Order: sequence, then C-alpha cells, then structure tokens
Amino acid sequence: MSAALPRNVLATDTAPPRTIVHPLPYVVKDRVVQDSVVKDSSRPQMPAALAPSSTTAAHPSPAAARRRRTELLLKILAPVLGIVAFIGLWALVAKGGSIPGPGATFDAARAVFADPFYRNGPNDQGIGWKVANSLGRVGIGFGLAALVGIPLGFMIGRFRFLAGMSEPIISLLRPVSPLAWLPIGLLVFKGAQSAAIWTIFISSIWPMIINTTVGVQRIPQDYMNVARVLNLSEWKVFTKILFPAVLPYMLTGVRLSIGVAWLVIVAAEMLTGGVGLGFWVWDEWNNLKVENILIAIAVIGVIGLALEQSLLLLAGRFDYAKDRS
Amino acid sequence: MDRHLIVEQAGITFDTKQGPFVALRDVDLTVRKGEFVTLIGHSGCGKSTLLNLVTGLLHPTAGHIFVAGREVAGPGPDRAVVFQNHSLLPWLTCFENVHLAVERVFGGVEPRVRLKARTDAALALVHLEHAAHKYPGEVSGGMKQRVGIARALAMEPKVLLMDEPFGALDALTRAHLQDELIKIVAATGSTVVMVTHDVDEAVLLSDRVVMLTNGPAATIGEILEVDLPRPRDRLALAADARYMACRSAVLAFLYQKQMKQAA
Repeated sequence: MSAALPRNVLATDTAPPRTIVHPLPYVVKDRVVQDSVVKDSSRPQMPAALAPSSTTAAHPSPAAARRRRTELLLKILAPVLGIVAFIGLWALVAKGGSIPGPGATFDAARAVFADPFYRNGPNDQGIGWKVANSLGRVGIGFGLAALVGIPLGFMIGRFRFLAGMSEPIISLLRPVSPLAWLPIGLLVFKGAQSAAIWTIFISSIWPMIINTTVGVQRIPQDYMNVARVLNLSEWKVFTKILFPAVLPYMLTGVRLSIGVAWLVIVAAEMLTGGVGLGFWVWDEWNNLKVENILIAIAVIGVIGLALEQSLLLLAGRFDYAKDRS
Repeated sequence: MDRHLIVEQAGITFDTKQGPFVALRDVDLTVRKGEFVTLIGHSGCGKSTLLNLVTGLLHPTAGHIFVAGREVAGPGPDRAVVFQNHSLLPWLTCFENVHLAVERVFGGVEPRVRLKARTDAALALVHLEHAAHKYPGEVSGGMKQRVGIARALAMEPKVLLMDEPFGALDALTRAHLQDELIKIVAATGSTVVMVTHDVDEAVLLSDRVVMLTNGPAATIGEILEVDLPRPRDRLALAADARYMACRSAVLAFLYQKQMKQAA
C-alpha cells in the first residue's frame, strides 16, 4: 500500500524525472528505463539488459500502472457513460410526451417498491409477489425441463440410434415460437397456471437436450480410453468421466434455457393472466400507467441479467477447457 | 515365466471405404517377465496399433495374444497404459487420478487406508508428493506424464505398456524422465513394452529393440538384443562402442532398409 501511492504520483507527474526526489530507488530506476526507451533519448541510457530485470521486480512499473488505470477507466467509466447517455436519450424522447421521463418513472418506482409485499386480493399484489410468482413458474417449468432434457441429452449422445431417431423431431420443434404451445397447454392441462408452466417447459427444454447431447458426443476419446483401459464400472465411468466432461456443455444449455424461460414467461403471463410480471405489464397498459410498464421492463431486465450472470459464474467453476491439450 | 507376453501370428485388417486395409500381419513376439522391449519404426508403420492389440483396445483379426497365460479379450487393468498425451482427467487432482486406478484394482480387497498408501507410494515413486493435490492443468507436461506413469505403476500391472510416453516433451525433460524410468523399472522389475520413434531412447532403455517394417502390412523386420549392462548411464554410454553399434544397427534398419518412399 505504501508503495502504491508514490508510484501513482510518479506516474501522473509530468515534470522532468530528475526533479523527482524519491526514496524508493527501484521506482526511479524504472522511470529511467522507461524514459530511455520511449521518451527522453538524450538522457544517459540504462543498459537494455536492465529493462526486463526491473520489470520483473516485485513492484510493477509505472507503465503497468498506467495500463491498469486505462483498463479501470474502460471498465467503469465506459458503462457509466453509456447509462448516462441512455437516460439522457430517454429524457429527450420523453419530452415528446408519449412516454414518461426518468424522473416520473423514478417517483413511480419509489411508490412501487415502498411496499413490495402487500396483498389486496388475488389480482392486486405487491411487486415482490409478482416477481416471486413469475420466478416460481419459470422455476417449475425450467426444473421439469432440466429433469427431462438433461437425461434425454445424455441418452441421445450415448446412443447413435436414438440420436438418429430424435434428430428430425428436435429440428422440427425447436424453432417453433414458444407461444404456439400455449393453446395445447390450455387444452391438455385445463388451467392457465399449468399452461404457462408447460410453455416454459417445452420452450426451454431444447437447449439443454442439444447441449448435453453435443457434450456427450464430444468427450475426447482419450478419456474414454482411460475408462476402457481401467475397465471402470458403468457407474464410475458416469461419475468420474462422463458427467464431469459433459458438465460445461450442460451448464451452457442450462444458461440458454433459463434465458429462454425468462423471455417466455412474460409473454405467457400476458396471455394467461394471474399474479406475475407479464400480466402486470398488460394490466398497467390497460390502466395506462406507462411508468409501471417501464419499471416492469427494468425489473425483468435486471432479473434476467442476474440469472444469466449467476449461471456464468457457476459455469466458470467447471471450465476445464484450458487443460485439454 | 519366460513367455510372459506372447504375440502369436497376430495381424489386423481394417475395413475402409477403399476396401480391406492390412495394417499388421504375422507378428510373432515373446516378451520375458521383467524385460523391457521397445517397438520402433517409421510413423504409420503400425507400432501403436500393435501396442493397442496388447492393450486390448483393438482386436486382432488374425492370431492370438496372451499375457501371463491368458488370452487378451479386451482392455484390463493387468495391462496398464501410459498414453502419449498423458490422458489425465482434468477435473481430478493428480492424487485422485492415480487413486481412481488404485481403487479399481485393489478397491474390493483392501481397506481405504491401504489404497491411499498405495496412491501415495506411486506418486512418491515418480517424485510428485508435492504436487499430489494439484490439478493436471496446474503442473508441467513432464509432471503430467509422471502422474500417468504413477497411475499405471500403481495398478501393479503384469505388463506396462507405453505409447510414445515422452514424445510430446522437450529433450531435456525427456532425458530426465528416461533416467527416472530406468530407475523405476529397475526397482519394480516391471515388464515394459514401449512404442517410440527415438533411436537413442530405444537403445538406452531396452533389453530388445523390435523394429517394424513400413506399412501397409507391416511386420517385425529385425529384433536387436541390446546387450549393455545395467544400470545404464547415458553419459557413460555416449562413448561406448557397443552402444554406438546398437544405435547404428537401428539407424541402418530405419534409414537404409526401410527408407520411406514418400518422405
């Protein structure tokens, strides 16, 4: 910490190097090397061989600090600027009068989030319940899809005959718009709630089947040779080789599926009604409370992002790709 | 005892789109217990195929292979393999990789403590105690290959099969591992069949060098007895006349009698 501060001072200083009085000789040396390379060629030069040895010292050179600062700037400043520009644009568009501006929306949001868990009857509940209900439907629909899709993916990947059988059906059904499944759900399950869950199930199952299948099919032959040479039991093959090897692919499928499920739930709820984010959007459209629609959009976006990021984080823990050499 | 591994008139023919392809034919080879045999030949001559026949990963379409009196019907832990690309499971630590093999071979009959002791001993044999709990991705190529050797030796196989185990390593690491392998084999008395394309490696390590003719329809061309005393030291051997003679014999086979046409 004590070393970091003077290094920063040095790096930002634009005065000639020789006016800097510094107690830490290695920093001065770095600076000299730095200058002799890029800036001040008239100064007595350090032998070139010293340059690498000084940069490999325990403390990074000013150049590295500068690079890190640029990185930080890009990482924080750029997104902040983007958001500011977005809000500005929003305010500008709102001036036209058709949608509420950032200020009005923020005020409405304060009211919405002031009491997130109120309950005034079956169809008038707080934002917290709406989110919980939507997440619940996604959870059930997606959970069932995972329960069916992942084992199915393993089997399709393992048996070529099954792959041949399922390929035309998957190719045909996968591109179907999720909402096309909703009437079938209503017909078969005779309820809006279960029809919404069915729609989530059928539209989020494909990425899990496909990715798991591909994962199983792409297991390096080396790993299977190890299994054969050791003559491992089927159970050991599955737990020690098949499952860990497929896991990264599977998690990619899960991530894509959750994304699809979250996309679909809003649309499905608009049609089926009940407590949830999707119906809320539709309801507020009927009430012409556009601020609340904008709030709903923001909430949907934030939750979708959170789902995606948490799964990316999870997937990162099981990434062995770097070892496959 | 003296006919530990027997390859009897073995051959393999693959069915390809262009018709049957004879990869190996009429291979006869007997390996004594505790013997170190290398298979050498130009790339594509079928030396790895021959090794895979002994491993059981491939089945001979002609002839038979016996290990310790039993015919090879498929892969099994009595014939441990060290693969060229180490083939460690990246989600298991070095210890767990070796333990998986130990558990397979001794799991039913020995207590857990004993299995752990065996695994530790195997890692100690290749001097990797310190890296036992690292993942393969965290250790060097040479260390990975040593884990592979530890995994194979920990199974106490009847035959240790090595498929160009040091082929992917740099020259210095390779020399170092060869020296270690000499010591390990001397200490354990293992029977080894090793595929290599490195003449020095073959002569330094082997009791016999089996030279294969060029494919297709490759077979054993010559067998050279390497009559050098053990323990062998690479520095002392470098100027040894008998060593040079062996080396020249293998080179002569590879580059005069079996010169690759299209190379």
